[in-house]
Amino acid sequence: MIAIINYGLGNLASIANMLKVIGVKNIITSDVKQIESADKLILPGVGSFDAGIENLNRSSLADVIKEQARNKKKPILGICLGMQLLGRKSEEGKSEGLSLIPFNNVRFQFDNDSELKIPHMGWDVVDFKMNHPLADGLKGQQRYYFVHSYYAVCDSQENILITCDYGYEFAAAVVKDNIMGVQFHPEKSHDFGMALLENFAKKC
Amino acid sequence: MFIRPRIIPVLLIDDRDLIKTVNFKDRTYLGDPVNAVKIFNRKRIDELAVLDIGATKKHKAPDFEILQDIASEAFMPLSYGGGITSVDQARQLTKIGYEKIIINTQLVKNPDLVKHIVSLLGSQSVVASIDVKQVNGKYMCTIEDGQETVKVSPKTLARQAEDLGCGEIFLNSIDRDGIMDGYDIKLVRNIAETVHIPVTACGGAGGIEDLKKVLHEGHAHAAAGGSMFVYYGRLKAVLITAPSEKELVNVGVYGG
Repeated sequence: MIAIINYGLGNLASIANMLKVIGVKNIITSDVKQIESADKLILPGVGSFDAGIENLNRSSLADVIKEQARNKKKPILGICLGMQLLGRKSEEGKSEGLSLIPFNNVRFQFDNDSELKIPHMGWDVVDFKMNHPLADGLKGQQRYYFVHSYYAVCDSQENILITCDYGYEFAAAVVKDNIMGVQFHPEKSHDFGMALLENFAKKC
Repeated sequence: MFIRPRIIPVLLIDDRDLIKTVNFKDRTYLGDPVNAVKIFNRKRIDELAVLDIGATKKHKAPDFEILQDIASEAFMPLSYGGGITSVDQARQLTKIGYEKIIINTQLVKNPDLVKHIVSLLGSQSVVASIDVKQVNGKYMCTIEDGQETVKVSPKTLARQAEDLGCGEIFLNSIDRDGIMDGYDIKLVRNIAETVHIPVTACGGAGGIEDLKKVLHEGHAHAAAGGSMFVYYGRLKAVLITAPSEKELVNVGVYGG
């Protein structure tokens, strides 16, 4: 059973729909007991950093997630804002993140005459930097849907699983032990994303 | 670098029917929107926009039931516009699977609402729809599904939208809507060069060459269309379709 954590932000139903197609039991929930009894967690998110972390704190879900990820070693996948929340902080806001993986979120910076727009929005190809169950069998013509203005800058290269290039290289997926995060939206990336979610559900 | 601009079919719905307009008028009934989404999903389209023009006109809230049915078939990015008047509706829309909220009327009537949605959902989730028509040779903005003309130029409204925190402009040419004779390249280029956020062009697409032209010459970030995704041939037979990956690469819409 995968618990899709409901903290008031995020496209919860899209993730649930895709897990259903994959054939994995899931529940959209904000209930602590259900989160504790789930095998794996997904932290979704469409929204701003401060709104996200405030919602998690208000419902005391932040502590539950930290406990489950850090001490119980439960596999957790953050998606988009959900990934950014796994870091320490963000230039988007003032609040402290969950600090489960050592990175900070910064805003894309381009020269004024650059043709690159912010947010980075659309389908993009990626590079896999290491072998990991989440990326198992995915190398090839993968493309994913991105929509974000901020990205993770990891302290250490060893936490970077996938990179993408938008003006410069940035981390499109981060990992640390049982904790994983993807900047793109697998639940919105057709069968490319479905393969990645299936890896999380069955191999991580 | 981006080698893949988004090609976006736009589905117009009214009272749960899939329809298509010409110049925002002259509606033709096409069928069932959920079925259309299933087809687009199989075609692996880049993104889908759903606009409920009935909701705007009749001042009705978004029809969450049909929108949920549509979203459950869509494993691609989704945006929705029509009748949104509250932050709560925007939150509900993201929850059921629409990660982008398209605002048109309230952008002019209630800019504070736009700000509030931006602060909750982030810039990347808020799209300003700018519906443009020419009045005595001048570009004017309209709201209320094109029914009400406002005394502000598309350039000014685009800048205001960017200042309010919108993450994207959906630029609609009412004069080209349903004509299938090419986009208004001049208008698109004008707006794309005015703002720093992505501009999606809509109105006039008749074929793949039109998509290429608006992306390359109009500097649009994405190309949206209605008719070319729902009609086939000179007699406009109803056929839900989208160009294949190969066709788009061959013409040069994707890649390089």
